[in-house]
Amino acid sequence: MKKILFIEDESALQKTFGDILRQNNYKMVSALDGETGLRLAKSEKPDLILLDLILPKLDGFEVLKKLREDSETKETPVIILTNLEGMKEINQAVGLGATTYLVKTQYTIGEVIKKVKKAIGE
Amino acid sequence: MANGVIEQLNILKQCRRYGLSLWQCPQFLFLLMGIIIILVSIISYLIGARYIADPEAVALIVLGTTTLLFVISFIIIRSFERTAEASRMKSEFINIVSHQLRSPLTNIKWTFELLTSKELEVPSEKVEEYLNNVKDNIARMVELIDDLLIVSKIEQGSFPIMKKEISLEDLIKDLVSRFKVFAEASHIDLKFSSQENLPQVYADPSLLKLVTENLIDNAIRYTKGGGRVEIKLAKEGENVVFSIEDSGVGIPLEEQKFIFRKFFRAENVIKKRTRGSGLGLYVCKSVIEKSGGKVWFKSKEGKGTTFYYTHPIK
Repeated sequence: MKKILFIEDESALQKTFGDILRQNNYKMVSALDGETGLRLAKSEKPDLILLDLILPKLDGFEVLKKLREDSETKETPVIILTNLEGMKEINQAVGLGATTYLVKTQYTIGEVIKKVKKAIGE
Repeated sequence: MANGVIEQLNILKQCRRYGLSLWQCPQFLFLLMGIIIILVSIISYLIGARYIADPEAVALIVLGTTTLLFVISFIIIRSFERTAEASRMKSEFINIVSHQLRSPLTNIKWTFELLTSKELEVPSEKVEEYLNNVKDNIARMVELIDDLLIVSKIEQGSFPIMKKEISLEDLIKDLVSRFKVFAEASHIDLKFSSQENLPQVYADPSLLKLVTENLIDNAIRYTKGGGRVEIKLAKEGENVVFSIEDSGVGIPLEEQKFIFRKFFRAENVIKKRTRGSGLGLYVCKSVIEKSGGKVWFKSKEGKGTTFYYTHPIK
């Protein structure tokens, strides 16, 4: 079973999205802030990371930068799942090595799952 | 020379920040004007020195004229700069507001998709949880929009103030009883005490309610994992002083100067703010100052915060 790390500070979203991932036969590990997310990325070795940008303690850009600097997490696909959609943010995230950049309100939950499957190689 | 180069680099950076081209950018135009004025004064001095008997007088005239010109252009450009800054802030404001609205909207949207999905099965015990989630997030959106409307009215100066004789003590008592459930759910001991024989105040009850509500809500929200919140009311000279002390997380020193601002600056919003409209304290400050009072606070990170406001009795 593939493992997905979901770094997102909205606990309501963690719950709903977590339920969906489980229904799709993924194991979900959740983190409510950037620091915890980074720590879990190293200890849990997920197959994919879903990352929000506005996060307490350590923001998504910092998390992504640190993930890419670390040889263990360098290759892990990272999908940015956020509500920021400035060109500046998109370019910055892609520049730092994000696999895909998704704006939450513009995708249905089914479409997000499709992107997850694609990034994970299924 | 090195300083000059750094200055120039800064100007380019500033222009980019405003999203303006060089020929529309106040800082660049100002530098350009300065260079032109200096060149013109040197040239006129050289000409003057050759053709007029008293070069000192010429130099003085030229110097005086150029200084005056320089000051005038500086004033013009300052105002131009303020306009550009205001416009930049507006765009930033819209950017933040749309983000703040999108967070609850995503929750609502995805939860509904889940509930109505044909492929996904929602266990019946989860349905209530999902519906509560939708309800909470609708409340978040309503709160944000209410705050936005108040801010917009404050900024246009069209906020109606309808004063009458009220008892601040009764108003707070009423609020405290409404917050009781929320406080208990968060393991917070919410207390209220008032000085005896407090006079009535001449104020707008709905505005004072809004301010006090915001402060109580913040105090409870930022006292994570339980603690106490204590509200006091006293008379001091011609004013009534309200104070609310919590044993909460406190406000980090480096953030203290920003907290009454309308949102934090975008960078800070991304790093620090994840919840709330970011408008509550701005609204409090505007409303209280408009009513002739003052708002301030004392806070120590990890120890707690006390907010105060005063309101004139008459």
